[in-house]
Amino acid sequence: MSVDQKTVKRVARLARLKVKDEDVPRLAGELSAILGFIEQLNEVDVANVEPMTSVVTMKMKMRNDVVTDGHYPQKIVANAPAQDDDFFMVPRVIE
Amino acid sequence: MTNLTSLTISAARDGLKKKQFTALELTDAYLAAMEKARVLNAYILETPEKAREMAKASDARLAAGQCGALEGIPLGIKDLFATEGVHTQACSHVLDGFKPQYESTVSANLWRDGAVMLGKLNMDEFAMGSSNETSYYGNVINPWKRTNSNAALVPGGSSGGSAAAVAAHICAAATATDTGGSIRQPAAFTGTVGIKPTYGRCSRWGIVAFASSLDQAGPIARDVRDAAIMLKSMASVDPKDTTSVDLPVPDYEAAIGRPIKGLRVGIPKEYRVDGMPAEIDALWSKGAEWLKAQGAEIVEISLPHTKYALPAYYIVAPAEASSNLARYDGVRYGLRVPGDDIVDMYENSRAAGFGREVQRRILIGTYVLSAGYYDAYYVRAQKVRTLIKNDFDKAWDKVDVVLTPATPSPAFAPGEITDPVQMYLNDIFTVTVNMAGLPGIAVPAGLSADGLPLGLQLIGKPFGEETLFQAAAAIEAAAGGYTAPQWW
Repeated sequence: MSVDQKTVKRVARLARLKVKDEDVPRLAGELSAILGFIEQLNEVDVANVEPMTSVVTMKMKMRNDVVTDGHYPQKIVANAPAQDDDFFMVPRVIE
Repeated sequence: MTNLTSLTISAARDGLKKKQFTALELTDAYLAAMEKARVLNAYILETPEKAREMAKASDARLAAGQCGALEGIPLGIKDLFATEGVHTQACSHVLDGFKPQYESTVSANLWRDGAVMLGKLNMDEFAMGSSNETSYYGNVINPWKRTNSNAALVPGGSSGGSAAAVAAHICAAATATDTGGSIRQPAAFTGTVGIKPTYGRCSRWGIVAFASSLDQAGPIARDVRDAAIMLKSMASVDPKDTTSVDLPVPDYEAAIGRPIKGLRVGIPKEYRVDGMPAEIDALWSKGAEWLKAQGAEIVEISLPHTKYALPAYYIVAPAEASSNLARYDGVRYGLRVPGDDIVDMYENSRAAGFGREVQRRILIGTYVLSAGYYDAYYVRAQKVRTLIKNDFDKAWDKVDVVLTPATPSPAFAPGEITDPVQMYLNDIFTVTVNMAGLPGIAVPAGLSADGLPLGLQLIGKPFGEETLFQAAAAIEAAAGGYTAPQWW
């Protein structure tokens, strides 16, 4: 599987990573090499095999739907690059 | 007085109880040793004030006769564990300035038992790497060097700082994490003992997430007993992590020294890979002989899907990483680089904040999860994962534990491996264990022709950690311990 430069740009956009134009050919090569390595999985017969959803056999734990924690907005926003009055600040998104 | 930093946890524990020295003296000895060993770059942050404060509190508890299992024992903490009010960045630029408002469950368990925090340890960025060369804070230097050579070597990764600090005696033991081999490979490269317990044995709460279905915490320690003492404290059932399993934590230390007579040890033929160095093969045979000499039964087994574990891992791990790392967007924590609009701000922050290897894995993960590819890649990889686990399930009918080499080579030099896929091959023997959720331990078993440590790996049944400690102690008893000559 070979990844072209257009695909690198599309995937980078999906991943919200700004990629410099000069880095695109290098990334296309690296991603192609990794995907080439992964290709060998096509040799495996996976017909009638269930995909793994949990490595340990256990029942999903249930808990009561009640508030057990919280009421400290200052702690929540403490690490934000920009905050105001217990809110996260972001650039304007609605004109 | 003996050099306090040369004491194992079990020896220091006895010395503290007998009042041969105080917890503060022990901590001060480590703080002095850390200062001298800064050239190794194992610590990215030293916390001497906090360490002394915790040591004094330990001394007070020791005086009152209320000591915990790790009372006064100085530890290093991998930067992946959230430590309240203390630098926690997974050694990434994207988490610039992040100080958690909470403590990870694993580290909280250690403090509950009286341990002392010396500082935060270097690692590959977001635990993605096998050489500790992807850290934003620079490479860690392995305390070991080749015979008659001054060249620096990598300590392995991603828990490179943890392994180097334990090997250099600048902490009594360290916390680490393992997603594809990140505890066992660096332990093997530094002559230390590292165990990745069964998935669900340690809580993942407060550990910066990489690949949630594979990540598991464990200790790196100087010997098997110390690893057992550490894991006993680290492991717990935690309501904050629904994947933590409701099983009592056994007294792992009690397993050490139990005779291994009759233990069935599997040797998987698929691990004899093409191009495996003769010394690794010889070490593996020697390990089997040691166990046999102590009464174990050696059984040849087959794990037919072994070769597909690594390619499947490089779908599952990047896919989960791309989801987990979506949260670093410059809004709630860490680095923010302004842009023309909010999307531009996200893209700039992430491009500036993530290193090359992390960006590569995010792109691979995003690609394999993108529309039209999900079934071909992710679902297929999860099916292969089922087959890998089935291989082990069948093996457990015949054997109690599996013996393999820990790594395909001893430590290499920084810059020696630049091809990403070549680097990934470092985890060829360890990654199956994560894919199947099993416990695995790396134990030092010899030195290479160049005088570098080599390790063997034991793989156990789910929650078979006691058997691993028992068998690893038998290898340790035959192989002896390995200490890096101090050059720093």
